[in-house]
Amino acid sequence: MIVMKNVYKKYPNGVVASNGIHVEIEKGEFVYVVGPSGAGKSTFIKMMYREEVPSSGLIYFNNTELTKMHRKDVPYLRRQIGVVFQDFKLLPKLTVYENIAYALEVIEESPSVIRQKVTEVLKLVGLTRKTRMFPNELSGGEQQRVSIARSIVNQPKLVIADEPTGNLDPETSWEIMKIFERINAQGTTIIMATHNKDIVDNQPHRVIQIEGGLITRDEHEGEYSNEI
Amino acid sequence: MKSRTVRRHIRESFKSLSRNGWMTFASVSAVTVTLLLIGVFIVIMMNLNQLADNIENDVEIKVVAEPGASEVEVQELLKEVKETPGVAEVKYSSRKQELERMIQSFGDELALYKQDNPLGDALYVKADDPKNTASIANEISTYTYTFDVEYGEGKVEKLFNVLKIGRNVGLGLILALLFTAMFLISNTIRLTIVARRTEIDIMKLVGATDSFVRIPFMLEGVWLGIFGAVLPMTLMTIFYSKLYDFWEGRLQNQLFHLLDPNPFLLQLNFLLLFVAVFIGVWGSFMSVRKFLKS
Repeated sequence: MIVMKNVYKKYPNGVVASNGIHVEIEKGEFVYVVGPSGAGKSTFIKMMYREEVPSSGLIYFNNTELTKMHRKDVPYLRRQIGVVFQDFKLLPKLTVYENIAYALEVIEESPSVIRQKVTEVLKLVGLTRKTRMFPNELSGGEQQRVSIARSIVNQPKLVIADEPTGNLDPETSWEIMKIFERINAQGTTIIMATHNKDIVDNQPHRVIQIEGGLITRDEHEGEYSNEI
Repeated sequence: MKSRTVRRHIRESFKSLSRNGWMTFASVSAVTVTLLLIGVFIVIMMNLNQLADNIENDVEIKVVAEPGASEVEVQELLKEVKETPGVAEVKYSSRKQELERMIQSFGDELALYKQDNPLGDALYVKADDPKNTASIANEISTYTYTFDVEYGEGKVEKLFNVLKIGRNVGLGLILALLFTAMFLISNTIRLTIVARRTEIDIMKLVGATDSFVRIPFMLEGVWLGIFGAVLPMTLMTIFYSKLYDFWEGRLQNQLFHLLDPNPFLLQLNFLLLFVAVFIGVWGSFMSVRKFLKS
C-alpha cells in the first residue's frame, strides 16, 4: 500500500528529518511508528498524505507516485487517507455531526448518504448523544473520537494517526485504541506514531523505530523498547 | 459542481457569518463606516461638479452687430454665426430689447436714448463645448457685420482652469478614498480569515479542493458587502432626498441646483453596493488564496 524508496527530506533551516528511508507497508497492517521527539516521525507520516514533499526519493500510495503529484490532485489523495492528530484538529465552529459530515460534503455525497454514514460512525465511536455539541463542549477523549470518526467516515484505505493518545489519560487512551483496533479489523491499514509505551507493549503490532531520520528497527510484533 | 453543493455553500456561508458573530460585526462595521464616508464625499463632489458644469455652460458670447447694419445684414450675420463650427445655440436680441435691458439695469436716465438708440442688435451665442468659447469668439469677430464680441476674455480662461483643477482634485480624492476603503475593508476581512486559518488547513486535510474551501469564504464576502452597504445606502437615500427638497424649495439661483435624486441616488446606491460587494469578495479571495497556497 505504501512504499518509500530512499526518501530524503531536508528542511530549509538545515534539519534533516528523513535521511534515506526505505519502507514498505502492506494493506491491512497496523504499524506503530516510535522514536524520540525530533527523530523524524511526524515528517515520515506527513509525507504519506503529502503534507510534506521529500527533497529526493520516491513515495508510492497504491502505486501512485506522490512526490510528483500535481497540487490540484492532492485533495483526491487525501480523500483516500484518514488523518487523526494529537490536537484533534476539529473545525471549532461546526458541531460534532457537521465536523464528520464535512469530510463527505467535500466529495459531494448526497445528504441521505451523509446522514447514514455519519450516524454509523457516530455509533462506532460511541458519540450518538453528542451530535449537536461543539468541540469546545467535549472532553479530550470525545474530541479525539470525533476526529477518528471524521477520518474513517469516508471509508479510507489508510488511517494515519499522529500521537492520537498524546493528550489523553491512560483510560481514555485505551478506549481510543479499541476503536483503532476495530477499524483495523475491518481491513483498514493503520499507521500510528506514538510515545505510549504501555499501548505498544500491550497491544503488539509491527513497530517501526525512527531515529535521526533513519529507520533503526522494524519488527513484526515489536515492543516500544526500553532504550528510548 | 452539483447544485446541492452550491446550496450547501450558500447555507454554510450564512451559518459561518452567524457563528463568527463578532468578526462579522467588525467587517460589516468597517464596510458601513467607509461606505458612508465615500457616499457623503461622492454627493459633495458630484454636486460641485454639477455646479462647475452650470458655471461653464453659463458662459456665453455676446456679439453686437454694426449699429448701422440693416435688418437683412443682421440676418446675414445671424446666419453666419449659426453656421460657425462649435456654435450650439444663438439667441437674437433686437437693439430695442438691448436698450430696455440697459434701462432696467442702469435706470431711467438711459430712456433718453430711446429716441436715438446707439446700440446695435445683439446675438447671444453658446458654444457646444464651453472650452471653445474663445476660438468661436475670435472667429465671429472677423465677420463683416460684427461690431463687437464680448465673452469675458481672460476671466473665462481662468475660471475654466480653476474648475479643471477642482474637478481633478475631486476625482483624485474620490479615488484615494476608494483605495483607502478597499485597503481598510479587505484588511478587516483578512484579519477575520487569518483567525480562521486552522479551519482552512483542516478543510484541506480532509480532501477539500481549493474551490470548495474558497467559495463559502467568497460568498461570506458578498454578504458582508451587502449587509455593510444597507445602512449607508438607506441613509444616503433619506438624507439626500430631504436635502434636495429643502434646498430646491429655497433656491432661486439658476447656477446651483442639486443633482436630481432620480437617477443620481440610484447610481450612487448602485456604486456603493458594487464597491462593497467587490471589496468583500476581493478581500476574501486574496486572504483565502494566501492560505490555500501555503
